[in-house]
Amino acid sequence: MGRIVKVSGPVVEVEIEKGEKPFLFEVAKVGNLSLTGEVVSIAKGRATVQVYERTEGLKVGERVSFDGKMLSITLGPGILGKILDGLGRVLPFSGERIERGREKRFFPEGEFEFKAKVNAGEEVKEGQILGFVELKGFKYKILSPVAAEVKEINSGRVSPKEPVARVGNREVFVFKERAVRIPSSFKNRVEVKEPLLTGQRIIDFLFPIAKGGSASIPGGFGTGKTVLQQTLAKWCNADVIVYIGCGERGNEMTEILKEFPKLKDPYTGRLLMERTVLIANTSDMPVSARESSIYLGITVAEYFKDMGYSVAVMADSTSRWAEAMREISGRMGELPIEEGFPASLSSKIASIYERAGAFLRGSVTIIGAVSPPGGDFSEPVTRHTKRFTGAFWALDRELASSRFYPAVNPFNSYSRYAQFIKDWWNRLGDYESLRNWMVETLQEGERLEKLVKLLGRESLPEDQKLKYEEFNLIKEAFLRQNAFDPVDCYSSPKKQILMAEVLREVSNWWHKVFKKRGIPVDKIVSQPVISKVLKMKMEVDEEHLEEFEELKREIAEVYEEFLR
Amino acid sequence: MKEYYRGIESLKEQLVFFKSSTIEPAFGERVFVKWKGKEVPGRVIEINEKLTLIEILGDSSGISRDALVRFTGQMFTVPVSEEMVGKSFNAYGEELKTGRKFIGREVEVYGKPINPFFREYPKEPIVTGFSAIDGLNVLVKGQKLPIFAVSGVETEDLVINLVNSIQTEKTLTVLGIIGLKNEIVDYLLKRISGNTIIFVAKASDPPAAQVLLPRTTLTVAEFFAFEKGVDVVVVLFDMTNYCDSLRQISSKREEIPGRKGYPAYMYSDLASIYERAGLIKGKKGSLTMIPVLTMPDDDITHPIPDLTGYITEGQLVLDRKLHKQNVKPPIDILLSLSRLMNDAVGPFHRRFASQLYSAYAKFKTVEKLASIIGESELGEVERKYLEFGRRFLREFINQKEGERRSLEETFRIGLELLSLLPESELTQLKKEDLKRLKR
Repeated sequence: MGRIVKVSGPVVEVEIEKGEKPFLFEVAKVGNLSLTGEVVSIAKGRATVQVYERTEGLKVGERVSFDGKMLSITLGPGILGKILDGLGRVLPFSGERIERGREKRFFPEGEFEFKAKVNAGEEVKEGQILGFVELKGFKYKILSPVAAEVKEINSGRVSPKEPVARVGNREVFVFKERAVRIPSSFKNRVEVKEPLLTGQRIIDFLFPIAKGGSASIPGGFGTGKTVLQQTLAKWCNADVIVYIGCGERGNEMTEILKEFPKLKDPYTGRLLMERTVLIANTSDMPVSARESSIYLGITVAEYFKDMGYSVAVMADSTSRWAEAMREISGRMGELPIEEGFPASLSSKIASIYERAGAFLRGSVTIIGAVSPPGGDFSEPVTRHTKRFTGAFWALDRELASSRFYPAVNPFNSYSRYAQFIKDWWNRLGDYESLRNWMVETLQEGERLEKLVKLLGRESLPEDQKLKYEEFNLIKEAFLRQNAFDPVDCYSSPKKQILMAEVLREVSNWWHKVFKKRGIPVDKIVSQPVISKVLKMKMEVDEEHLEEFEELKREIAEVYEEFLR
Repeated sequence: MKEYYRGIESLKEQLVFFKSSTIEPAFGERVFVKWKGKEVPGRVIEINEKLTLIEILGDSSGISRDALVRFTGQMFTVPVSEEMVGKSFNAYGEELKTGRKFIGREVEVYGKPINPFFREYPKEPIVTGFSAIDGLNVLVKGQKLPIFAVSGVETEDLVINLVNSIQTEKTLTVLGIIGLKNEIVDYLLKRISGNTIIFVAKASDPPAAQVLLPRTTLTVAEFFAFEKGVDVVVVLFDMTNYCDSLRQISSKREEIPGRKGYPAYMYSDLASIYERAGLIKGKKGSLTMIPVLTMPDDDITHPIPDLTGYITEGQLVLDRKLHKQNVKPPIDILLSLSRLMNDAVGPFHRRFASQLYSAYAKFKTVEKLASIIGESELGEVERKYLEFGRRFLREFINQKEGERRSLEETFRIGLELLSLLPESELTQLKKEDLKRLKR
């Protein structure tokens, strides 16, 4: 116990009673309202508590109690489909307005049918599966907390309060408790090899992300970060999705809350929400809870990763998280280093992205949006994030303002995962050579685009003009993708390969016709069949992929005519 | 509590250091400081065992250590009542005409965050009568859509037109005037009438009153929206003055500054204002917000427009060049965006807007090019874009004084303009849309 001696915004100083020994990051309940906070510094007889809720109304002398544990979350069957706030309280823990001092933690409800996978008397390893319970079609695997002999294990109905097994001298329940700031074990890390498919062509095909990788999406406001994050959450082929709305708009969160429960999972046909956990901490909710929300999300992800599932974490936006940290460190009088951020910024960013990884069983992929002030990518958060992520999808204001979505700039985006996942793609078709062709054409196009901006398209010699048109064709027909079009919003890997093949077919014919007959480029590229190519993304759906073959035949017919 | 306490230890401009031992103040509590016959409101901004730090929200000249402090035991409040419609008030809810505190239920001004779980997603458009908004950047009930203005462009006229065009018998507009010059305040008060409530903190009012004003405005707006079921549109003009007042206060408190001297918590602070817009499940009314701010030196990356843009659901950006070309309203659509539009309009409207956007973007590149190499060097298609773009500004964006355009009319003009371009360029439209073009 203790008593308040000073209040300054969310930072409260506490005089500790004799005998009480609070530890760093211990959860504290502050004042008559019992506001949740965390111990952030300790001195002799004093502790500083960072309060997660508004502190108006607190008085000197009010009581503070210490919980004896760090900020943690109970994880167990039923957590999927839940919506939590930044502290792990289950929404709606409060009425239409967020009231202070409310508490409603997640705890599994009802009874579960436990199916044992090992027998009593068996020796199990730490993290080995003891059995599972199934809920809404999802298998929650129960893992052994230690390496020991299974003393007792029984299949059958259990309540969360009864142990399902006894391993060594430990009782195992269907749930477990995890402190959010402590990463799960990194043993059994492996090299990434499988792509996390998102259905977004510019990502899957050009700048892929692997299961277990990490990516950042930097972009000024209005460049489509959130739409892209939500699109990825809807379409990516991870087993479990954790979506963290960190310091973002209330209405955006509402959109997710409204839309996600209706969405069908494109892979299983069940509801998407049944494999999703949402964490909502909007910009008007307390700033300190914003800081903890990302750790909370990753902890949930690790719980499922340990069971062997692939998990994708979408964090929107990590800049708000970093700013929350800055705000708090400012109030605690820490020395500002770069644009007011504390010196620990880079190691804090690393501590998030380094929790991503592919493991012998399961993976955690982290995709973080970054909101650089003024769209300036040289600011500290973007710069440090770049150091710790493998894929970089730079959103571009110019593309966004001409409504070119996703506004991923193909010139300064990159992915180091392309080399790891090419074998996976090569089984579907000629991925490697198609991608190389596309990358080269884009590179050449960047150079030509600069010229065109300066001198006009007409100033290009005919052969360069053709290359420029080829570049534009790839941009329009392939890279541009409409998240709101029912067909175009998602492209399977097969469709992506076929589309790329059609485009290369067009390119081959253009060059052939141009070389052999010297027909003016404007005439070559303005054939009616090209507008069909431009619209194939919307007009050929996944059930009729054979239409691409027809389209190829049509293209051949048109251009053969020129050669005759 | 009507008791006055003595016990001021020290004074520093707006800050009063008061001895804590006499009374137990609460963090954030409203107080009054009395000296030489006047009483000025203040707020408790830090408490510790020895001292209570009070910030005076007003003129502190002439104050001495003899001043008395009265603690109210309450946070900041404003009276709310249905009788307020058609009247004007200051930041504390005192009527401008009488100078007296209005009688009504007292409500705390700081508000509480709306639980995202209980928000209703906005999807009903509000017709403003401007093609640039209704056609391309649709304003939606419950949205917060700011206007990024530039100095020297008569933003007040746009504000007047918007307020007068949006307010109807069913829609209440609440205008919060922050830090504007006397003459502009008078200009606005004279031209805005009807179903409106106005709150005013002039440029000469203390920074604290300017910082309080949007919260007072929103508390009253929330009363009408969520208790009385009215559709309310709040216009806050000008948020740049708000941020500057916030900076002044922060620097007096000796806080560690963030970008350009603005406090590091400005994002959270602005969010606590902007996020009060929205719809609540099961409630009839709505709170839509149009914060107006002037971009310092026309710079959209300045912290004020930048942080605002990260919180609001889009922005309408005004352009000095368009203003000089006599395009009214001078909205630069390429920088403007309404994030909630997609779910609030039909599929044709979406394609229509997206096609106009990409055509206008292409026009801008062609225009730039033409200024370098000359129009005569342009290709045939490029020349068509040039014609399209010029007519687009003249006929679509530009509107006659007082013209309130219907959505059908906006569509008609837009399609007519798109007909200028060859079909192969209209990649955003579907086959059925192409049939609607005039050929």
